[in-house]
Amino acid sequence: MITLTVNGNDHTVDVDPATPLLYVLREDLALHGAKFGCGLGQCGSCTVMVDGRAVFSCLLPAAAAAGRQVKTVEGLGTIDEPGPMQQAFMAEQAAQCGYCIPGMMMRAQALLEAKPAATEADIRAALEPHLCRCGTQARIVRAVMRAAQAMRLVDAVGRRAEASP
Amino acid sequence: MTATSTFLSRRTVIAGTGALVVGFSVARRAFAQQEPQNVGEEPRRPVALPGSLKDAPLIDSWIRIEATGAITVMTGKAELGQGIKTALIQIAAEQLDVAPHAITLVTADTASTPNEGYTAGSHSMQDSGTAILNAAAQARAILVNAAAARFALAAGELKTGDGKVAAPDGRAIGYGELVSTELLHVEATPASPLKDTSRRLVMGRSIERVDIPVKVTGGAAYVHDLRLPDMVHGRVVRPPSPGARLKAIDEARVRRLPGVLAVVRNGSFLAVVAAREYQCVQAMRLLAATATWDGHSDLPESGKLYETLLALPSRDNDILHRSVALPPGGRTLEATYHRPYQMHGSIGPSCAVALREADALTVWTHSQGVYPLRGALSELTGLGAEQIRCIHMEGSGCYGHNGADDVAADAVLLAIALPGRPVRVQWMREDEHRFEPYGPAMIARLGAALQDGRIADWHHDVWSNTHSTRPGKAGDLLSALYLQAPFPPSPPRPLPQPDGGGDRNAIPLYVLPSVRVTNRFIPQMPLRVSALRGLGAYMNVFAIESFMDELAAAAGADPVAFRLAHLEDARGRDVVTEAARRFGWQATHAQRRPGFGHGFGFARYKNLGAYAAIAVEAEVARESGRVRIVRAVAAVDSGEAVNPDGIRNQIEGGMLQSASWTLFEEVRFDRTHVTSASWASYPILRFSDLPERIEVHVIDRPGEPFLGTGEAAQGPMAAAIANAVADASGVRIRDLPLHKERVKAAIGV
Ligand code: FES
Ligand code: FES
Repeated sequence: MITLTVNGNDHTVDVDPATPLLYVLREDLALHGAKFGCGLGQCGSCTVMVDGRAVFSCLLPAAAAAGRQVKTVEGLGTIDEPGPMQQAFMAEQAAQCGYCIPGMMMRAQALLEAKPAATEADIRAALEPHLCRCGTQARIVRAVMRAAQAMRLVDAVGRRAEASP
Repeated sequence: MTATSTFLSRRTVIAGTGALVVGFSVARRAFAQQEPQNVGEEPRRPVALPGSLKDAPLIDSWIRIEATGAITVMTGKAELGQGIKTALIQIAAEQLDVAPHAITLVTADTASTPNEGYTAGSHSMQDSGTAILNAAAQARAILVNAAAARFALAAGELKTGDGKVAAPDGRAIGYGELVSTELLHVEATPASPLKDTSRRLVMGRSIERVDIPVKVTGGAAYVHDLRLPDMVHGRVVRPPSPGARLKAIDEARVRRLPGVLAVVRNGSFLAVVAAREYQCVQAMRLLAATATWDGHSDLPESGKLYETLLALPSRDNDILHRSVALPPGGRTLEATYHRPYQMHGSIGPSCAVALREADALTVWTHSQGVYPLRGALSELTGLGAEQIRCIHMEGSGCYGHNGADDVAADAVLLAIALPGRPVRVQWMREDEHRFEPYGPAMIARLGAALQDGRIADWHHDVWSNTHSTRPGKAGDLLSALYLQAPFPPSPPRPLPQPDGGGDRNAIPLYVLPSVRVTNRFIPQMPLRVSALRGLGAYMNVFAIESFMDELAAAAGADPVAFRLAHLEDARGRDVVTEAARRFGWQATHAQRRPGFGHGFGFARYKNLGAYAAIAVEAEVARESGRVRIVRAVAAVDSGEAVNPDGIRNQIEGGMLQSASWTLFEEVRFDRTHVTSASWASYPILRFSDLPERIEVHVIDRPGEPFLGTGEAAQGPMAAAIANAVADASGVRIRDLPLHKERVKAAIGV
């Protein structure tokens, strides 16, 4: 038995502890955001956040994620209430087939949480491990820039609200 | 939303309860599209109806309106990430005068949609878009007439909007109240009362794609995400070499692994089914490690691939021949271009789910052709086509005939072994890389005579294998070749002009007084190949547009001016001029920085589809040979632009994918097997290769026919890059890809 904390909820699953986290997310928790692309750490489509850092869930044994905070694209918002990263991808229409996109979003989220003032060059560099076969890269970069701006705005508003008595 | 509910809601839609469901009819015959299909043929109808209405002429094959007013539009085409759903909804909404969200679109499903063959060849807008445009306009007219009869008014006095027909006196009636069983169960007529282009509210606007929200929020968007009750997982063990035959396995050891439900062996087809996906992967690995095989394929020596292909017998055919006597003098040039095998390489390996119950077989698939696949599965299983239902669900980006049909056959073979259990099969990365059908290796030899700075004579010879081994027959499905009683592969066939296969776009759009274009079709395939985005157009346009630059240089002319001097087609001239203007060709071309070059490429896809012209600025690093695309500017004319941002997205994607093919991609193999088994041995474009800027300018042509766009950028982008590299480095490279080792060697530093 392994207990995983995913998007703030605890789940106890009965799997071989060596099972990569990706399979547990998809099969046991019915979270479809993370995708199988290569199982080899070469494409990034399985990327999720673990304790705030982007990791390839196809390589991480589920047991190694126990006791840590796992976040998937489902944790960024819902179809009815999308979060800033998701809104930005919709606004830029940054998808063709979209298969690579959730992994890209999780890498970008990790970057922006660590570095809210990330530049375009930072974004391109951070996304280097990710492949997109449809050629959506230009839109993906624009979407992450837009998300960064939106998240900074939310932050600034939040700080102002805290500051005012 | 869970996968199961996606499935159930889709089934509910299909079952339908509306008034017009009775007598609902699907296509009466298969389509004679550019890619031959193996389904019954009937002579073409004498009156040409627009688009796919030719083959499914009943209006309610396309549009159903229920008593509640709910509108369902059906297309035989499939969403491949190209945004077709959104564009088709826009067309229907515009012509029916309803809001886009009032429309439910059902895509390719053998139980409910018209048979529109394959979603391929950039045909969807021309075929299905045109059919829905006309069917919707005619449906609206029928509804207006029905309302006119009820109101005892002339149809001309009535207006439509928001799903209602309204009279000047304030009376209004909803579409749902007007429909009766037979109202739309009528044959379409050749002419349609289309809304005037100036009154269009939905078409021509960049509305947001309907498929994106679910994809960015983790919804069940792909067949990969389908989770059915009691579903189990299958994996196939592929042979070490395509020609190897299975000798022995250690079945008992694999069966003892946790979760294993079955080891399925039929001849050299070997697979395992397990309760959980990762258990299945582990069992597959053990099965593969303990299986022994005999024999292997004899693949060509990779360094002699092109010589090997040229030595094979070819069937030669002049697709254009016009000779005029040339005045003496002038200058002749000749050049030969090569393209290696290249792969589709979808990011998500192919996947399918199949369920065998009583006498029915249901297959969820990302195949581009649910009807042709059904035909092939019928032959494979011996079940009647009417017992098989193939339902399209989205897959990872497709770009042509990849492993989608093959994995559907795998899932079916396993579902038959485990009746009552839905079996999901997803290929592993190495399966996709090593066993998908590749884009064929090709050779193009061009020659021309220049007189007074103009092309007087032109020759183009193109050698290629087939560009379609799509199913229709069981033997076109990978695993069928390995069964105890194998199915023979379909005989390789060239695809006829005007679409063409290896000779697609081999006929230039330029004015050429004397010209011969010869298609040299090579039936024998050293590696399994099929349709890859653009088919032969990618290579032919690369060759033609590279050669145009070589000729321009020989004539001492500017590349853009040289093209315009040979181009009469007005819309072709417009995209060339627009791309050059937006790029700033004239202003910046004279002031190129050292190490930087400009390149141009142009084609009209298939000489029938969208026009695209692309200008590229590239930097060539002399020390490393690395090519960096600085910026790329495209102008495109797709006829009436239903969703301009959708067109931009497709063209941008095509440009980057073509850049990836052109700069990096080549399937590697040794004498027995493909060695490009993962992204490590088949590198593709990454973020560090992304140009600083990409621009796509759409020239809208309201009221003009829709022109297929999805593949229009592939060829022009390849040529624009090669021309920019030649411009920057002074060296012309005619072999794809232009990877850094090749560029460095060509520069000779
Ligand atoms: S699936 Fe994990 S990196 Fe490709
Ligand atoms: S959008 Fe298709 S792989 Fe990236």
